[in-house]
This record gives sequence, structure tokens and C-alpha cells, in this order.
Amino acid sequence: MTNKPTIPLSKRLLYSDVFWAAVLLAPNLIGFLVFMLFPMVASFGLSFVQWDLLTPAKWYGLGNYRDLIADPTFRKVLWNTIYYTIGSVPIGIVISFLLALALNQKIPFVKAYRAIYFLPVITSMVAVGIVWTWLYNPEFGLFNYLLGLIGIQGPTWLSSVTWAMPAVIIVSIWKNLGFNMVLFLAGLQGIPDVYYEAAEIDGASWLQQMWYVTIPLISPTTLFVVIMSVIGSFQAFDLIYVMTRGGPARSTSVLVHYLYQCAFEYFKMGYASAMAYVLFFLVFGVTLLQLRSSKSWVVY
Amino acid sequence: MRLNRATVIIAQIVLILGAITMVVPFLWMLSTSFKSLPEVFRFPPTLFGKRIVWENYLHIADRFPFGRFFMNSLKVSVIVTVGQLLTCSMGGFAFARLKFPFRDSLFAMYLATLIIPFHVTLIPVFLMMRAFGWIDTHYSLIIPALVSPFGTFLMRQFFLTIPVELEEAARIDGCTPFGVYWRIFVPLSKPAMATLGLFTFMGTWNDFIRPLIFINSVPRRTLPLGLAALQTMYTTDWPVLMAGSVISVLPVIVVFLFAQEFFIQGITLSGLKG
Repeated sequence: MTNKPTIPLSKRLLYSDVFWAAVLLAPNLIGFLVFMLFPMVASFGLSFVQWDLLTPAKWYGLGNYRDLIADPTFRKVLWNTIYYTIGSVPIGIVISFLLALALNQKIPFVKAYRAIYFLPVITSMVAVGIVWTWLYNPEFGLFNYLLGLIGIQGPTWLSSVTWAMPAVIIVSIWKNLGFNMVLFLAGLQGIPDVYYEAAEIDGASWLQQMWYVTIPLISPTTLFVVIMSVIGSFQAFDLIYVMTRGGPARSTSVLVHYLYQCAFEYFKMGYASAMAYVLFFLVFGVTLLQLRSSKSWVVY
Repeated sequence: MRLNRATVIIAQIVLILGAITMVVPFLWMLSTSFKSLPEVFRFPPTLFGKRIVWENYLHIADRFPFGRFFMNSLKVSVIVTVGQLLTCSMGGFAFARLKFPFRDSLFAMYLATLIIPFHVTLIPVFLMMRAFGWIDTHYSLIIPALVSPFGTFLMRQFFLTIPVELEEAARIDGCTPFGVYWRIFVPLSKPAMATLGLFTFMGTWNDFIRPLIFINSVPRRTLPLGLAALQTMYTTDWPVLMAGSVISVLPVIVVFLFAQEFFIQGITLSGLKG
């Protein structure tokens, strides 16, 4: 009979990767199940009922989704969300890319510039919203004073149906510029000098180097920035809540703002949940579309 | 890229103009906060008032429990940050270094939750908080925020860069997987922890929609919520509103100026090493 030394179970567990993986992942797993997966499923279920929190929930089938399609306010906020995204994302990305390019020219005070451009990123949306509301003040605000200096009668900004949305878009671009700039700067610094040297030897001009070297090689960063910016702008809320409450005449009310109102002001939980799912599929669809299209313009 | 004089000068001009645009709103906030109300409505506007009016700050301190809001924000942010550092480093370590079945597909699934808009879970989480009796308590701001797929991802990416030899040597010396995590990886991950900690702290400190929905009573408000309430009370008292904004913005700016590098590192780490 061979006398194999047996290792006690407790000791085996202590040295087992699987055991420790289970222990170390437990908080994440519980958090994921309780605060992610379950709410996702629950919210899907809620989107088929009518519920005002006071009376028992009533089954409504696809009614909420039908109502959404017929709701002119929903169509309006959907359009506003698209307006906000198209207004803020492309311009924001172009400006932050140009700033990163400028910052990459090995000029003095790079760190100081980076810090200054980053200030709005770390500031709370609420504070930013309040300060810019003051800047936009039609009579006593700084902007209309400056516009007046060059002979322009400034608009009433946040109380104008036409100008409120552009005004909010400008603030959101201003706030996110530094974040995207830092991402682009890291991407630019990752492009090896040899490519430029080779291009130079071939006699490529500055513009040609830009078009044939910089833009293709930075495209993975661009993709990341585009996706994050679009996701972020689809979920805009704080700034709009603080600056306009969606007004005037719903001209700045976006999806999440209307969702918030439906859930926590009108107490239409089912309707708001249906809207949340529309938002989810929108974000999901748009992200997927961007990833698909990236195959034709992103160089790895 | 080729560096000629012209491009450098153009770059400088662009950057200076941009920097002015970034700074002016902050300067205007600061200068308004030290003016008297009549001075704010004077034409043409001036950067400095006739005298520095500290009363706006005192006024806020009197009428509004800003000290309390500050402490609430600090409490919630610190607890959430410490909690996330722990859970994210644990999860990140497991995903980066332990061998277990379905590890990579599990990680991919967890990562995919990053694109789920937070608002999809908002209503059910609100209902859960109500069922637990956590509405209008800080539990509602803390407990659901203790784990983070983004943070776990960030820590995993960092742990992947630690040389395998260190881990192998420790294991040969009889270290358990937990020992490897706690004695080797945690001490080595200070820069990544600092980055994640700053992000989490900042995000929690500035969070608005959760406190807006979960917190009702005045003494439990966090700073952004208090500031928004100040706005509805003093709609056109701009000096007081600006003083409130300064108070809420200042701590974050101070933290940032001391820890700039960690922010930049974190952003580039999350963006480039997918």
C-alpha cells in the first residue's frame, strides 16, 4: 500500500486559483446581479405596465411603446437629443484634435496648458451650468457685453427658443474639450517619429503628412473618442436641468430629461421605463453602427 | 512632424486663445462672487468691484448649511472611493492573473455592460432603494456605487503590465493567490489606485442625478444638490450664486492641481490599451 500524502481540503482551497477568483470577484458579481442585471430585466418588465407607484401596476402590453410613437413630446425630445449630439460631438472632436496637435508641437508650458484645459472637465456640471447661465444673461451677462463691443446685439440665449440649444451645446463642448484633447495628445505622442522622417524624405508637405500619416494613425483614438462622446451626449441631463429645465417651450428638453420628468415628476414608471429601453437600443444601435463603419476608416 | 517657426507660432496662438476661453468663466465666477448686487448690474461690467465683498460667502454660510453639504459630499465620496478601490482591485486581479474557467468570456461580458446607459437601471434601482427604506439616506448613494465595471477594467489593464516573474517567485515561495494579490500586486499598484481613486472621487463628488432622485431632506444633501437648490432660491442674486459655485468647485480644483499626473495617466490608460 502506498502512503500518498493527502493535502487537506482547506489547504487545497487556500492555494486554488478558482476558489480565490470566486472570492475576489464576489463583490463585483453581486453588484452586477443586484444593481445591473436585475434592474435591466425589471426595467424591461416595467415597460409593459402602467404604474404610478400609488395604485397597483396594470398590464399594458406594448401600450407604452405605442404611446411613445404617438407622443409629440417624445418626438420632440428625440429630435433635440439628435440635435444636441450632432451639434456638440463633431465640433468638439475637431477642436480638441486641433488643440492636441498644437500641444504636440513641443512648445513650452505643455503641462500648464493641459491643466488649464482640464479645469472644466473636473468641475461639476451644476456649477458649470450656473456660471454659464450668468455669462449668458441677456442684459448683464459677459457675452452680450462683449458682443456689444463689436456692435452685435446679442440674442436672449437661454430664454430664446432658437438660441437655447446652441447655448447649451457650446457649454458642453467647452466642458469636454480637455478630456478629448488629452486622449488625442496621448495618441499623437504614440506615433513614431520615423513615419514623419520617411514622409519628409519623400518630400511630403505638412498637409500631406497630416492626411497620410497623422489622421490614419490616430484613427483608433478617434473611434474611441467618437463612441464615448456620442454615448455621453445621448445621456445629457445635468447641464440641461440646471440651465433651462428643458425650456423654453421644450426647445432643450432631451431624452433623459423627459425620462426624468415622466418617472419622478409625473410618476409614469412604465412609460419612463419604455423610454429608457428606447434610449438603450438607440445607444446600442449607434455604437454598433460606429464599430461597423470603423472598419473602413480605422487603421490598426 | 516638421517643426518650422510658423507652425509653432500658430500653435501658441491657438493654445493661448483656447486657454483664455477655458479660464474666463472661472474668473468671472470668482470676480462676481466678490461683488455687491448693485455692482453686478452696473454697465459696463468690471472685473473688480469697488471693494471686495466677503458678505456673499458669509450670507451663504448663514442661510444655507453648506458646511453640512460639504461634509455629506466628503463622506459619500470617501466611502465610495475606498470601496471601489477594494472591489475593483480584487476583481481586476482575478481577471488579470488567476486562472479559472470562462475567465475571458466573463470579462468580455462584464466589459460590455459599460455601454449600458445608467438611466436604463435608474427606475428599478430607485424602486429597490424605496423597498429597502434607503431613500433619503446616504446608503442609496453609497451601496449601489461600490462596484464599477470601468474601475475593474482599469485595474485589470494595470495588473496585466506587472511582470509574471514576480508572481511566480512568490508562488514558489508558498504564497497563496490572495497573498500574491495583497502582498505584491496591491503595493505595486499605487499609481493605478491613485488614478482610479481620483476618478471615482471626482465622479461621486460631482454626481447630480442620483442625489436629485434619492435625497429629499435638506440636511442630507450633497454639494451639487445644495447648489442647485441655492439656484432655485436665489435666481438672480448672482454674487451669492457665484460664491456657492466657488465653494463647491474649489476643493476639486485643489485636489486636481496636486494630482494632475494621475488623471492624465488614467485617461490615457483607459483609452489606449483596450
